[in-house]
Amino acid sequence: MTSSPPPHAVEMKDIVIRFPGVLANDHVNLTLKHGEIHALLGENGAGKNTLMNALSGLYKPVAGTIKVHGETVSFNSPKDAIAKGIGMVHQHFMLVPTQTVTENILLGLNEPKFFMNLTKYDQKIRDLQDQFGLRVDPTANIWQLSVGEQQRVEILKVLYRGADILIMDEPTAVLAPQEIDDLMNTMHTMTEQGKSIIFISHKLHEVTTVADRLTVLRRGIATAEGISIEGLTGEKLAELMVGRKVIFSVQKKEQEPGDVVLDVRGVSAENNKGVKALNNLSLNVREGEILGIAGVAGNGQSELAEVITGLRACEGSILVNGEDVANQEPAKAIASGVAHVPEDRTGVGSAPNMSITENTIMKNYREAPIGSRWSINFTEARNHARELKEAYDILAPNVRTMARKLSGGNLQKVILAREITTQPKLMVAMQPTRGLDVGAIESIQRLLLAQRETGTAILLISEELDELLTLSDRIAVLYEGKVMGIVDAKDADINEIGLMMTGQRSNA
Amino acid sequence: MNLEIILHAGLATGTILLFAAIGEIFAERAGILNLGVEGMMLLGAMAGFSTSLSTGSAWLGLLVAMLAGGILSLAHGLVTIHFQADQVVSGLSLTFLGTGLALVLGEGLTGQNPALIPTVSIPLLSQIPFLGPVFFAEHSVLVYIGYIFAPLSTYYVYKTRPGMHLRAVGEKPSAADTLGISVYGVRYFYTFVGGMLAGLAGATITLAVSPGWYSSQTTSGQGWIAVGLVIFAQWNPLRAAFGGYLFGMLRRFILDLQGPALLFGFANPLYVNSNYGFFLQMMPFVLTIIALIWGSRAATKKRLGSPAALGVPYIRGERGL
Amino acid sequence: MNLPFKIILEKRTDDVPKWLPVATAFGSVVIAFIISGIVLKIIGGDPIRVLKFFFSATFGSWPVFSDTLVKATPLIMVGLACSVAFKMKLWNIGAEGQFYIGAFAASLVVLIPMVDLETTPKFIVIGLMIIMGMIGGAIWGFFPGYLKAKYKVNEIITTLMLNYIALYWNNFWIFDKWSDAGFQMTPQFNKVAWLPRLSDLAKEYKAFSGITLHLGLVFGIIAAIIIWWILERSHWGYQIKLIGDNPKAARYAGLNISRNLILVMMLSGALAGLAGMSEVSGVVHRLQERISPGYGFTGIIVAWLAKLNPFAVILVSILFGALIVAGREIQPSGLASLLQGIILFMVISSDVFLRYKIRVIRTEQTEQETA
Repeated sequence: MTSSPPPHAVEMKDIVIRFPGVLANDHVNLTLKHGEIHALLGENGAGKNTLMNALSGLYKPVAGTIKVHGETVSFNSPKDAIAKGIGMVHQHFMLVPTQTVTENILLGLNEPKFFMNLTKYDQKIRDLQDQFGLRVDPTANIWQLSVGEQQRVEILKVLYRGADILIMDEPTAVLAPQEIDDLMNTMHTMTEQGKSIIFISHKLHEVTTVADRLTVLRRGIATAEGISIEGLTGEKLAELMVGRKVIFSVQKKEQEPGDVVLDVRGVSAENNKGVKALNNLSLNVREGEILGIAGVAGNGQSELAEVITGLRACEGSILVNGEDVANQEPAKAIASGVAHVPEDRTGVGSAPNMSITENTIMKNYREAPIGSRWSINFTEARNHARELKEAYDILAPNVRTMARKLSGGNLQKVILAREITTQPKLMVAMQPTRGLDVGAIESIQRLLLAQRETGTAILLISEELDELLTLSDRIAVLYEGKVMGIVDAKDADINEIGLMMTGQRSNA
Repeated sequence: MNLEIILHAGLATGTILLFAAIGEIFAERAGILNLGVEGMMLLGAMAGFSTSLSTGSAWLGLLVAMLAGGILSLAHGLVTIHFQADQVVSGLSLTFLGTGLALVLGEGLTGQNPALIPTVSIPLLSQIPFLGPVFFAEHSVLVYIGYIFAPLSTYYVYKTRPGMHLRAVGEKPSAADTLGISVYGVRYFYTFVGGMLAGLAGATITLAVSPGWYSSQTTSGQGWIAVGLVIFAQWNPLRAAFGGYLFGMLRRFILDLQGPALLFGFANPLYVNSNYGFFLQMMPFVLTIIALIWGSRAATKKRLGSPAALGVPYIRGERGL
Repeated sequence: MNLPFKIILEKRTDDVPKWLPVATAFGSVVIAFIISGIVLKIIGGDPIRVLKFFFSATFGSWPVFSDTLVKATPLIMVGLACSVAFKMKLWNIGAEGQFYIGAFAASLVVLIPMVDLETTPKFIVIGLMIIMGMIGGAIWGFFPGYLKAKYKVNEIITTLMLNYIALYWNNFWIFDKWSDAGFQMTPQFNKVAWLPRLSDLAKEYKAFSGITLHLGLVFGIIAAIIIWWILERSHWGYQIKLIGDNPKAARYAGLNISRNLILVMMLSGALAGLAGMSEVSGVVHRLQERISPGYGFTGIIVAWLAKLNPFAVILVSILFGALIVAGREIQPSGLASLLQGIILFMVISSDVFLRYKIRVIRTEQTEQETA
């Protein structure tokens, strides 16, 4: 073992993973060198999560081999992968909200054997935190922690298990620019201490700042395997991800906004944990303008969307064209001309086991020609749905298909089609392009801009700063339930926005 | 209307509810709603009774009762865990199944006298004034087991590693799964435990507290009261035990109300017209509803609630859109 | 044991073929019969003889078929009651109690009496009983609906508790105030309160003598048509289905969930109450302790087997009506209950085929791919 070079940390060869109806990974190769940060890039649905789930033991590939430190392995469960030193830091945290940090870290391990006397372990975990610079209170319950803190717990979980190969799944999705820098530093600390990291992302610019090499997946196939960061341009990367020359072509038309449509005045509201989420917040949106809401997740964005659309109680007033919709049932907001594209497509925005037709008539089933006084004319409803399917290019066998069979992008189009059909005065769109592939993202963004041109006021809440900069006329930054400042998108300074997102600057 | 007698009887009948409720707590904490408790109890009651009758050993009867309840509950487990069927309807079908099986196989058992679980008094402890005779004298051995079982279960759930895993599976099964805990395994196990305890509860009726087989009247809704108790107890075994004893005492109290001619110095309406007794018989059920209302309001206030994954089938790697 | 193939369950991606739900429903019943036959054999009975008896005792001649339909009548209405509630994922286990309160309320017309029984025309008396029966059932459905809407109390347990409470409530009045000479039932109702039945026409049509089929069946069929229309064509039905599928989406769409919880429980209760009225007015002609051999619970199974389709409910009710008629004679007495439980269990288990396909994979295939 002295003359040959040290084995790679991970070597995945010819991996094939199939799901019913989908070939998720088609003979993919990935090599992780010792001590490197390797980025795994690809748009949503490209197969990167599937590949990493195989490496972390959740799925078993139908074909191909995996070698860890030169040893061929076969994982039957996450436990096997953990035993070989592989740890996954999930994008959607796998934490039990009602238990403490220490309990979550100790979950699934063999000690303490039976009786849970945790103070000894609290200290062990504090020591681990110091080693890597990841501070969080071990005795706190998860539901009490901020999103950034919860992520630290996820990382501690794998470090505690002695993982020397870490898979980080879209770790920056929930962080502010400055927190992202901290995370990058932590990652370098870890590689200096001998860890190797695979970093899954769909954000091109982040990847180029921190990775050593990268692998790009597109529709289950690797279009670039382990290429070096040197000399790579954003355009080249995008082309590798999407397969054609991507022209970032969503164009916003110049137009003058009209009168104020949405007037939020002094609104305060609590979140589900009883903590104040909106703090005397005020803003307005005008006809034909898109007001983007920027901010790190958890600073009141969800609550803002909910108070405007009637899904959450609040104090203060919310005027839509003069009508106060604050603190009333959703029906009132809808009647006042508010459309809502919710954050949760499947959990809130659609009825999964009902057909496309039934989903599109959710807001207009009482109006002619679909609805009459007591009944619904389903033939008319289906015609209407077919028209929308055509107009919005929704891919589905027919309008009787159940909503849960649709892909994310197509479901989102159904929802948008439905909301746009109500000819709203105000549209609240929350994370409208989250989890969609590039083609769908473009479609949705075009639809939003088209709405803007018809004079609709749009409140756009998004965690993708790029998207906000592209689409918005003005951008308001939310921090701890307050508006830190509002800037014009045209001459926005990212650093300034970043400082506002972390509460360090305010020009309100 | 003797307080001592009411408390004593309450502890005895409460033990039945204790076993059934704690069994259901285990299952629900793992995320499985099992509404078949009434059916499993009846089956256990019959199985225990009949086994004791044919073998002469009440303890063997107890064992068979627990096995019967456990095996029946595995059917529910298979259908809800592996087939991901709706847990409410599956539990209901278990009630029909258990009841049907118990009635069919229990033909002709009425009026028989099998061996029963011994009734004992604990020396020394039973001499304590007032508390002694109530808690430690002339109780079935099962009652004493109940005294220890409740606190042990509570400790198990909150303070041991397997208990932590149990709670994790019921709150966030995906977290448990990614850390190598077998979600299916844990759920099957505790469903089985719940079934066994329901069977035990049934046998407690026929072989200890109210000996005899009275067909479907044997359990007369106690299984359902136990399910209600779980919510009232906020999934805490000790609270469930407390609730069970309380119900038992109230039951006895209601029974005693019908006896005397004078009630607290006033003419007893129940003595005059025994038909008013029907309203009293309603009381356990009315009280369960009240307990539920109370429990639901307390839960909303404290933002507590059922285990988050209760009633939701777990499918590994479900990808959200 | 290394088989050359293995069987896996694979999630369905395409639409469910239309014949599959019917096939699984049918298959469940057949398998349930087979299993019950096995149990019967184990305890020493003769399954084939029992099966033959079953058919002759329920469908063998017009009189017995009429008996079957008479038993099916309340099942149709209770089955509809459960279907409506279940469509909204509202677990109404209290149809039995709502049935009894409906029977009680309808009986009040005769027992108080609410109108002069000698002079009031029949259709008014019956009409009043129908209204009272439905009101009674609706009130009994209102309580659990309200508790769920206001306090989020689990309706499974509340409806169930109300079953027992309803029974004792009825018992009080039967044993006490309106008892028939100390027996556990009220005196027989005045003939004006009896639902017309085919045997009333025995004078004109000899064939109808002894046939106890009564107007209640018509109520059931009309109710099925109305419920179908409500669920499939009306605004309300759309709302019910939306709330049942995704309450969060329903709220987002502006629906009032609390109001619907209460209204649907009341509708469900009213239907069960109507069944109760139909039984006391059409069959037993008095209020007594045991009117229902568990119609409220059987109704749950009927609804589930019929997959909540109002017209299928009619068909399934006839099947279960047959089970009840046959069950009266068959020993041991618990067998009918067991059979019902097995049917329900089979139906739920077979639902898995609606979500998953069975695929047989040859293991040589997989080995080849790994190489």
